[in-house]
Parts: sequence; structure tokens; C-alpha cells
Amino acid sequence: MATDATTGLTGTTRVKRGMADMLKGGVIMDVVNAEQAKIAEDAGAIAVMALERVPADIRAQGGVARMSDPDMIDGIIKAVSIPVMAKARIGHFVEAQVIQSLGVDYIDESEVLTPADYINHIDKWAFTVPFVCGATNLGEALRRINEGAAMIRSKGEAGTGDVSNATGHIRTIKGEIRRLSSMSKDELYVAAKELQAPYELVCEVAEKGALPVVLFTAGGIATPADAAMMMQLGADGVFVGSGIFKSGDPVKRAHAIVQATLHFDNPDEIAKASRGLGEAMVGINVADIPVPHRLAERGW
Amino acid sequence: MSPVIGVLAIQGDVREHAHCLEQSGAQVRLVKTVEQFQGISGLVIPGGESTTMSILAVKNNLLEPLRELRTKIPMYGSCAGLIMLADHITDGRSDQETIGGLHITARRNAFGRQVDSFEIDLAIPAIGAPDYHAIFIRAPLVESAADDVEVLAAIPAANSLTNSDQIVAVRQDNILATSFHPEITSDLRIHDYFVEMVRSA
Repeated sequence: MATDATTGLTGTTRVKRGMADMLKGGVIMDVVNAEQAKIAEDAGAIAVMALERVPADIRAQGGVARMSDPDMIDGIIKAVSIPVMAKARIGHFVEAQVIQSLGVDYIDESEVLTPADYINHIDKWAFTVPFVCGATNLGEALRRINEGAAMIRSKGEAGTGDVSNATGHIRTIKGEIRRLSSMSKDELYVAAKELQAPYELVCEVAEKGALPVVLFTAGGIATPADAAMMMQLGADGVFVGSGIFKSGDPVKRAHAIVQATLHFDNPDEIAKASRGLGEAMVGINVADIPVPHRLAERGW
Repeated sequence: MSPVIGVLAIQGDVREHAHCLEQSGAQVRLVKTVEQFQGISGLVIPGGESTTMSILAVKNNLLEPLRELRTKIPMYGSCAGLIMLADHITDGRSDQETIGGLHITARRNAFGRQVDSFEIDLAIPAIGAPDYHAIFIRAPLVESAADDVEVLAAIPAANSLTNSDQIVAVRQDNILATSFHPEITSDLRIHDYFVEMVRSA
């Protein structure tokens, strides 16, 4: 594709956060090859997440999960015209450098892959490409934003098809934001201490009643009703990982989840989208997964 | 009387446009069904992903009603909205449908991928001085425009690495389109300009 470069300023906070604004109301789908990426695009996905194995397979097969092969990411970039995201391991700044050099539009510093650093996350300010990071609560979200994340997704529990953790995490984040908004100014110092988050960011959230970046939700969304519930709970959009391509009829399910996300406040439309989809992914109850094997526990 | 202006709420930065339009003195209605088109006197098509908007507009039977509406009321499209209003697209999907009506050829992602997204100051005589600080995100470009299309802004050749002016804001009768995103800045002059277009239509 020919490009017309300019002397404009690239990699600014505004273009990074603004990019996420353009994704709002949309569905981001995990894909492992060009064919799946085309299915996602045809269904109206707002972006695709290129990865080697969907979380359900990572969970089933075990082993260390890493950044995808650049050839595979290239193949997906060539196959679609919508934005392409890719995952780097938590703290693995060189995987992130590689992904940026491939021309990926957004990097997910993701707990779904095996962490590369159990103390530090990536310094995301050092990159031109924007980052999305997972969070289970407001403090974690603000720590990631402080490190330069331009978009947050609540983690849920990836690869399960069990939506309960996604529900819990988005409710927690939204609830903590509401709590901050109701505080008086002199209470925000202690709130910042308790959230283990920078005071300036805490004040910004309290005043705005929202995160300074877009908030999507992820981890266990498998049905149109799941997606619509996340939107009704106040998510700006949804990530669907294993839920589509681990189901009986991925094409139908991809379309249905996009439709339900668009019409999230219209039960008649959600009902229509829910018909005749075949088998949903079989799934695992989060409660049956021992805590050390839960992906949401990764990241701090 | 403040005019009622719709924001097409299929996907994208709907809320930001709604906020700017309110600040510019309009009443705002988010619209995603044909019934909601009743009574609006202008429509904004927000930034977002044009592929997604186009697919969902077709699937939800909105495309023909939008084409009809376009002949009746002023419309403004930013970024993906510009693509949705363009008669022709290059570098899009071969089957990508648009509302059309704006006699231009728009080139999708003309400046490159997200790492090439940028901010730049633009002279826009129609809204007066000072220069407008414009945000371009995976932005399209007006590659060519018919004679009845007025060019409101271009990135001058001196600031582009292509040695030619790059058209990024146009008006044709009651259609306004920008490659950039005024809705994610606090400078309301583009929205003021559109609200005035709606008022005087």
C-alpha cells in the first residue's frame, strides 16, 4: 500500500488514545491465520488479534506461550484492511519492538502469554505504537496507564468461555470509578495510596467519572448475550478470544456477536442474533481451575 | 432554536462527536435505526472503522435510507465518515459499500498504519485563524475531487514528503468531510461550522 508520509508528529498520547476511541462499540476477534482474519473482517469485526494459539489451546496444551511468528502476523496484515493487533509477553519489550517493526496497529501486553518479567511491565511510553493492557481492578488499570497503556481491557479469564470473571472485573473497575467520583478532594490522597496508583491519575478519574482511556472487556465471552451484557455494564467494546473459533459455526457466531454488540440494549435483536448458532465453545468453569493456573492472576 | 443533529451510532467515537455538537449549540440524538432518522436536521458520521460501518449498515438495512437522507439534510463525516460519504474508494475492500454523494475518490489508510498516525497544524481559511491542530489516525486522503467540491484544507506540499498538496477537508453543497478528527480535540470550530451549515440549510 502506498503511503504519503508527512512531517506531522507521530506516536503522541493523543493519536494512541484516539486510535482506541475509533474502536469503540466494536468487537475485536482472536485469529490464528489469514482465513480466520477474513471471516472476522467479513463479520464486521473492528480489529483482529493475531496470535499463534487461542487461549483455550494455550490452556489445553500448556508450555510457554510467546509472541507469534512474524510470518504469521504479516500474513494477517496482508489479508485484511482492518487494524491488526498482536500480543507480547508481559515485560518482554523486545517482543514489543519486533511487533512494532512489523507495522502492527496495537500491541496487547497480555497475561494470556507467559510473562517474561515478574516485576516490571513494558515501558510503553518508549514506543510509537499504542498498547492495550489487561486489568482486574482500577488500581491495576491506572498503573498500566501510568506506564503508557493507551487502552485497557478488563481481563476476565481467557480461554474458558465462562463469563463470570469478565463480569466481575468490569463491575469492579466501574464500581471503583463511581466510588472515586463520590469522594471529597481530601479523601483522594488515601484513595490513591489504597489503589497503589498515581495521585494525578486518581484525581483525573474522580473528576471525569471515567478512565482517561478506552475500556474494553475480555476473557470468557462466548455468546451474543455475553457481549451485550458487557456493553450494558459499561464496556466500550469487547474482545472475543476462543469463543468464536472454538464454537460449532464460527462464521455465524462472529456475525451474531457483532450484531448483539451493536444492538446491546435491544433484547429483541439479541434474541434474533442468538438463534441457530450451533454449539458454543464447551468451556471450563473458572472455579474448576486451580488459582495458580488462572491467567488473570498474572500482572500486578 | 437549536437544531437536532444525529450521530450515526453504528460504531466509533460517537460520544466525542455528541459532546462537541452539544457544545456547538445543537441537540444531539444517537441514531442506529431508520425510525430514529425522523426529525433530525443534520447527521454526523463519526470516526471508526469504515469496513465495519459499511458491513453493518448493509446488514441492518440502513444504507438505502442513509442515501435517501443524504439528499435531504446536511451530513458531516470525519475519517471513516469521509470514506462513507465518498463516491469512490481506493485501497478498500473491493465490495465496500458507501453512502456516497460526495464527488471524491478517497484513499483509505493513505498515510500508513497506526505508527504513522500524526498531529499537524492546518490552515483552514473557512474557519479563520489560527491554524487548526488536526489529529490524523489511520486517516484517509482525498485523492481526487470533482470541480463542484470545494477544498477547505490541504497539507501543503512543504509538509508532506510527496511534493504535492494533500487534500484533507472538503465541502460540496451540504456535505462536509474531514480526514482528521476534530471531535477528539477541544477546538470546536469544525463543529461550529457544521452546525451553522445545518442552521442555514
